[in-house]
Amino acid sequence: MRILAMVKRIFFQMLRDKRALALMMVAPLLVLTLLNYLLAGNTVDPRLGVINADDNLIERLEDSEITVIQVDANTKDLLLDKDLDGILDINGEDISLTLTNDQPNAAKALQMKVQQAIAAEKAKEQAANLSSFMKTIQSKLPGMTDKMEQVKSPKINTSYIYGNEDTIFFDQLNPILVGFFVFFFVFLISGIALLRERTTGTLERLLATPIQRRDIVFGYLLGYGLFAVIQTIIVVTYAVKVLDITLAGSFWNVVLINLTLALVALTLGLLLSSFANSEFQMMQFIPIAIIPQVFFAGIFPFESMAGWMQVLAKCMPMYYGGNALVEVMYKGSGLGEITNDLLVLVGFALVFIVLNVVALKKYRKI
Amino acid sequence: MSSAIVINEVSKRFGKKYVLNQINLTVESGQIFGLIGPSGSGKTTLVKIIVGMDSASHGNVQVLNTSVPNLQLLQRIGYMAQADALYNDLTGEENLAFFASLFKLKKVVQKERIAYAAELVHLTADLKKKVENYSGGMKRRLSLAAALIQNPDVLILDEPTVGIDPELRKSIWSELYRLKNEGKTILVTTHVMDEAEKCDCLAMVRNGEIITSGSPSELKNQYGITSLEEVFLQAGGKQQ
Repeated sequence: MRILAMVKRIFFQMLRDKRALALMMVAPLLVLTLLNYLLAGNTVDPRLGVINADDNLIERLEDSEITVIQVDANTKDLLLDKDLDGILDINGEDISLTLTNDQPNAAKALQMKVQQAIAAEKAKEQAANLSSFMKTIQSKLPGMTDKMEQVKSPKINTSYIYGNEDTIFFDQLNPILVGFFVFFFVFLISGIALLRERTTGTLERLLATPIQRRDIVFGYLLGYGLFAVIQTIIVVTYAVKVLDITLAGSFWNVVLINLTLALVALTLGLLLSSFANSEFQMMQFIPIAIIPQVFFAGIFPFESMAGWMQVLAKCMPMYYGGNALVEVMYKGSGLGEITNDLLVLVGFALVFIVLNVVALKKYRKI
Repeated sequence: MSSAIVINEVSKRFGKKYVLNQINLTVESGQIFGLIGPSGSGKTTLVKIIVGMDSASHGNVQVLNTSVPNLQLLQRIGYMAQADALYNDLTGEENLAFFASLFKLKKVVQKERIAYAAELVHLTADLKKKVENYSGGMKRRLSLAAALIQNPDVLILDEPTVGIDPELRKSIWSELYRLKNEGKTILVTTHVMDEAEKCDCLAMVRNGEIITSGSPSELKNQYGITSLEEVFLQAGGKQQ
């Protein structure tokens, strides 16, 4: 079988190319580990300077994980000198909050907490006023014996459909990243392999033998597909067992999705390599064809995209891959929910395979 | 004697530039045919069209009475490209085995052919080495061995002896003669005149046209000179 000869050759080449092998097998683990620790990092408590705040308010602020520091003036210099995230200046009813806002997200969160604390403090005062008012009325009207019920602040019981209270951003992001790294590294390695074959002339030499064009494409798919299988299993196992990432659904469904993604990456890599004349030109496809994929893979919510962006998203293989992975890993869906995504991915792969066979016509018409 | 390769009115154009212009050529089977001309004259393009790697803008090519391109035909053509198209990260033996399996040779035959081809180009001792450690000449020789691997009826060799030392060149030529005596047809391109002497028949190519053709002695008689180099210069000069 000519395909088997191709597979065997690719296998030999890959096993000898230790660097490429390491890039494929180890690099995704490294990146995932780094991201895991980066995104799981504890947030530092914001530092808030206060002027004229009463003890109750300070206590409440400290309860909501704010480091409170007494300051005497509301100036920019002081804010920066003491490394504060904001200054709360209370002047009777006139309250002003100055935020450093060097990290808008953190500043928003701080602002929210401060507002809540002040509101809660006011509500408490209000309640105290009200109850003393009621007492006065009661003492003046002896006929009334009913005591006013003290309103307790209600406790909200939160429950989660997906994940739990310990779920962090990485848990939702991780399925997408696992898929993306499989996609990226398979794309790179297969694309460059075929490219090298073009530039060294071996592809032309290959086509001077009775091999059929489709045998070459399928040889590549099987040869590198085999490594993609190994890579996928390693990456998914590592993510789940070592990094302890939420896996609500079946491990094998995750492997299945990643393999389909790898297939798309493989065929896309081979296809784009026919439009490149050097390794560097192959690299130039990364910002155009690969990076945008990650944006549409589910990191940014699809619903909030503009109409034309949604259309664009639907042209991206990673959109379906990311969607299916989030379904299985985070939401625990079964095969039924991801069938459509998988079919679309297989469709992409089929189209790319046909285009590859056609693209080889450049070298031999039959 | 039947014709192994028939080239009929072949022209090749890249854009507006004609690389080959109305080439007519017949190679009888059992001949060593030399295609001689300076680099850039269109030899390689012509060779690629014969193998089916490139298509003619006009005209047609028949090899062994089959129109090119044809997949089955490729089984019977041994092709050695101008650039060494080898897998550098594989050993010499693995390279040969890979090409052998593309021609669907049986395991036993494969072994025989690899041993034969390696012996022919004096690479038996280096078969286990990776090709990236080969010298330029060794790579050339391995390419030649790969072209012979499936025991083809027609050999098309694009500058086979570039970078090969004189001694080995001589032994390669004697092997080409042996192959010819087995009834194989061999088409060789070269820009070395002393190799041209060794061919049964020659065609001189310049600027995509055949300026003259015939056996070496015919050519020399025709122009009344003793060296092929002179013939080439005269024939070329006449045309301009």
